[in-house]
Amino acid sequence: MINKVVSGAEEAIKDISDGATLMLGGFGLCGIPENCINALVSKQVKNLTCISNNAGVDDFGIGLMLKQRQVKKMISSYVGENAEFERQLLSGELEVELIPQGTLATRCLAAGYGMPAIFTPAGVGTEVAEGKEVRNFDGKDYLMEYAFDADFAIVKAWKGDTAGNLIFRSTSRNFNPVMAMAGKVTIAEVEELVEAGKLDPDYIHTPGIYVHRIFQGKDYEKRIEQRTVRKSGV
Amino acid sequence: MFSKEEIAQRIAKEIKDGYYVNLGIGIPTLVANYIPKGINVVLQSENGLLGMGPFPFEGEEDADLINAGKQTITTLPGSSIFDSAMSFGMIRAQKVDLTILGAMEVSETGDIANWKIPGKMVKGMGGAMDLVASAKNIIVAMQHINKAGESKLLPKCTLPLTGVKCIKKIVTELAVLDILPEGGFKLLERAPGVSIEFIQQSTAGRLIVEGEIPEMKLD
Repeated sequence: MINKVVSGAEEAIKDISDGATLMLGGFGLCGIPENCINALVSKQVKNLTCISNNAGVDDFGIGLMLKQRQVKKMISSYVGENAEFERQLLSGELEVELIPQGTLATRCLAAGYGMPAIFTPAGVGTEVAEGKEVRNFDGKDYLMEYAFDADFAIVKAWKGDTAGNLIFRSTSRNFNPVMAMAGKVTIAEVEELVEAGKLDPDYIHTPGIYVHRIFQGKDYEKRIEQRTVRKSGV
Repeated sequence: MFSKEEIAQRIAKEIKDGYYVNLGIGIPTLVANYIPKGINVVLQSENGLLGMGPFPFEGEEDADLINAGKQTITTLPGSSIFDSAMSFGMIRAQKVDLTILGAMEVSETGDIANWKIPGKMVKGMGGAMDLVASAKNIIVAMQHINKAGESKLLPKCTLPLTGVKCIKKIVTELAVLDILPEGGFKLLERAPGVSIEFIQQSTAGRLIVEGEIPEMKLD
């Protein structure tokens, strides 16, 4: 087995430099690569283009990178939870491209499947369609959307092995597997790293061929964005 | 006039046994509380879950288990979890039977605007454009008139569109309406105590009234 293990987040991101295009897994704050984000904040790389469904909150996730003005452009579907983001957007410091969530996911999928583009009806007849090729199949219009081209994909998994195989947990799976397939270089941080052979091949979500670097992360905060509960005993 | 809960309650009557349903944020979320007893319905959350259960009991929240509104939730027996591409794949392939979402404006030709107000901070469309472009069956839960009394059911949307010619049914605080394939809001039911005249004056788009219009029933 090819060993993909690196020592930690610092080593995993060491060749990410100014101007890089990054994919970052997660939905809201669920399943985000906390360790790599913190390492990118410490490294202070700048002018990044970040492809991520959301942009974190002010003091967590991608919000930490925004606070240090490390992000030049965000490509996301929903970004409403971040005051600093709003300030930078309105002042023109930050460029934002909003795209439909399914389009975002499927453009990742296309990159991982070696397909240059996809056709989707999402956004037909709206401002999302501006400048895009429209094709009609069976009487319905579809937009042509290109596969993403990202220098690095950074994902978070629950378990991984030294060969780079990944297993995700619950809805923290979200964008992680499709982004893992889509990066020219894919970095995976996992809660638990085991020897190759310890994970059942039938239960692997992302095969190690897509993963270039893997490490066991530490001190996961796993912050909850909307804590909703029901009273017990009702 | 109907409250938000009553709009949700009325929409829930449209849900049939065996449906896979996607509920948007806001009034649509409330629909889950009124699903008729004795029928089997599976709720889809587009971040990657089929079989969404109720909120967890206090102390049992799991940061890895949330819905599309980023709220902590639970799974149910028979639930499944998948990635975001598959989630929108099943939406695009029309495996989801019913989508219920909110709107700021709907036009008499079935266009919907619900993601952007020019001049205000734009949060993004999330999954709304994918849902309206693909779903075969969409019900919009919305306010008929805004706080200033102006109609939100228009000849043509004024806000940036989320999708075109995709809405067929609307439930508001005043009425249940279908949008006809040839255009126009066809009045089907009115909220208790609301007159056809009031619905007429609250609907800027073309309203079609034919025959007796019964009051909405919730039971």
